[in-house]
Amino acid sequence: MGTPPVSMAVPTASPRRPPPLRERGIVRWLRNNLFNNLHATILTLLCLAGLGMVLPPILRWALFDAVWMSTEGEECRSALGACWAVVAEKYRLILFGTFPYQEHWRGWLVILIVVGLAIVSQFRRLWSWRLFLAWVVAMAAVLVLMLGGVLGLRRTGTHEWGGLPLTLLLFVGTVVGGLPLAVLLALGRRSRLPIIQALSIGMIEIVRGIPLLAVLFIASVMFPLFVPEQLTIDKVLRAQIGMIVFFAAYAAEVVRGGLQAIPRGQYEAADAIGLSYWQTTRRIVLPQALRIVIPALMNDVIRAFKNTTFVSIIGLFDVLGATKAALEDPRWIRFAPEAYLSVFALYFVFCLSMSKYSEGVERTLRKGRNF
Amino acid sequence: MPSRNGSEPTPDRTIIELIGVNKWFGDFHVLRDINLKVGRGEKVVICGPSGSGKSTLIRCVNRLEEHQEGRIVVDGMQLDADLRKIEEVRRRVGMVFQQFNLFPHLSVLENLTLGPVLAARIPQATATARAHELLHRVRIGDQAAKYPGQLSGGQQQRVAIARALMMQPKVMLFDEPTSALDPEMINEVLDVMTELADEGMTMMVVTHEMGFARRVADLMVFMDDGEIVEAARPDSFFARPTNERTRTFLSQVLTH
Repeated sequence: MGTPPVSMAVPTASPRRPPPLRERGIVRWLRNNLFNNLHATILTLLCLAGLGMVLPPILRWALFDAVWMSTEGEECRSALGACWAVVAEKYRLILFGTFPYQEHWRGWLVILIVVGLAIVSQFRRLWSWRLFLAWVVAMAAVLVLMLGGVLGLRRTGTHEWGGLPLTLLLFVGTVVGGLPLAVLLALGRRSRLPIIQALSIGMIEIVRGIPLLAVLFIASVMFPLFVPEQLTIDKVLRAQIGMIVFFAAYAAEVVRGGLQAIPRGQYEAADAIGLSYWQTTRRIVLPQALRIVIPALMNDVIRAFKNTTFVSIIGLFDVLGATKAALEDPRWIRFAPEAYLSVFALYFVFCLSMSKYSEGVERTLRKGRNF
Repeated sequence: MPSRNGSEPTPDRTIIELIGVNKWFGDFHVLRDINLKVGRGEKVVICGPSGSGKSTLIRCVNRLEEHQEGRIVVDGMQLDADLRKIEEVRRRVGMVFQQFNLFPHLSVLENLTLGPVLAARIPQATATARAHELLHRVRIGDQAAKYPGQLSGGQQQRVAIARALMMQPKVMLFDEPTSALDPEMINEVLDVMTELADEGMTMMVVTHEMGFARRVADLMVFMDDGEIVEAARPDSFFARPTNERTRTFLSQVLTH
């Protein structure tokens, strides 16, 4: 019956073994990433040459020729390099703004508490109601430290607040107040009740349609014009509310994206075992939806941190605003770049920690669950 | 047993009754004048080509789908817009889905205990004990701490069956429980279902597994194009189907 088929296969006869040397370790990394073909090799060499030209002058300016200490700025004026002395000289003003000088220890304590708790919260093992309680207690302590007037502390009104404690407080307040509001708005937008849906859509779209500057301006300048005099709400609180609403409007759409990713079968299964709407939302839908949107949500959280700088237009001195104020000293004004670079580095450290934190959370939540 | 809710008294031996049920998706008439009765402890198997309305029919029984005309009475309670009645019916009716629909962020044990603890307010310890017993019964007693994503399809579907049994339902609905499974896993699920049938559970099953149907069914229902075409006891249904459409369908599913 014609020719026999030429297809064939030979059973394997060799044991398992490690990959060849050029497929291992640093050699493999260099080959795959820097020298994997002619173009990449040329590009790598060009980049190395470029770095060789740019790096030495930068290092000379920033490190070798820099002035680190100088009380009056005289040494700086004659130096070739950067004048980091401006930071050493002005850091109290940069970190605490208009907060009374003798009370700066309270500011230090606030920074310590917030940063310390944030670091502790990194560890998944410690996530429990105790940690939550710790945050509540810590926030109460922070408010006491900032406001004073009790426990023998000098009273310090919000008009005296400034610097990093103000930045941290506005940021934590924005996220803590904004996330629940965002979830409610997202749920409301998907609600079957027409009034709730319309209110949610209206709020999201209106707030998203206004610049944050305008929201803060409305909160601080226009709002008092419309309400009776006795009802004046504190300026920091007004800014805080404005920032919460602004954050929530954006984050709500992110959360909604997560809600839409939950398959209909999850709702049906929850229905079939008799769970109510809120039980389904809290135990089935939100845990899955929020996990999906962690990266996008972190985007908004990091932006909220940087958006705290906007409060300087309504006369509050956050870190950046305080830096600007500190540089009004004529002896130091020409070293503004050094001061700003230092503050940028501070922002960068905070934002990088947050994005690393969210990566860590994603990893722990993914562990073992395979979905 | 007297009816609980004062609605239509149902004859004692009937647990599910559909009378003149009609349903539309938009303008499309998916269920046409369905009349069907399920007796306590009996097994009804519904088959038919895809798009025939069999899944929609079974989903109407626990109100995952809403019907527009006719009456559906489950265990003496007539289904209407009353949410509390729907929740009560859902507590008495367990459901198993084609896609398992386990909660991927919860462990197998949590999947089982969540419903009883939240919806039926059963103490956590009681629910956990019952969960272990049921997992043992569906032969995955050692997987309680795993997450659904770590299990095979057959194991997931058995978890889903155990989850439905947690509420100690009077009726179990199966909506194509083996259609999403690889062939080698179908039997482990069908074995569990057969055991359940032998223990006297009332079951409504949408499936193409004709061997299983032949073994357990008290009534075979063939649906096509939104209507019940033929209903008979399995011996005569398979041996002497009367309708041409039934014959065509059976010849297609029984050839391999």
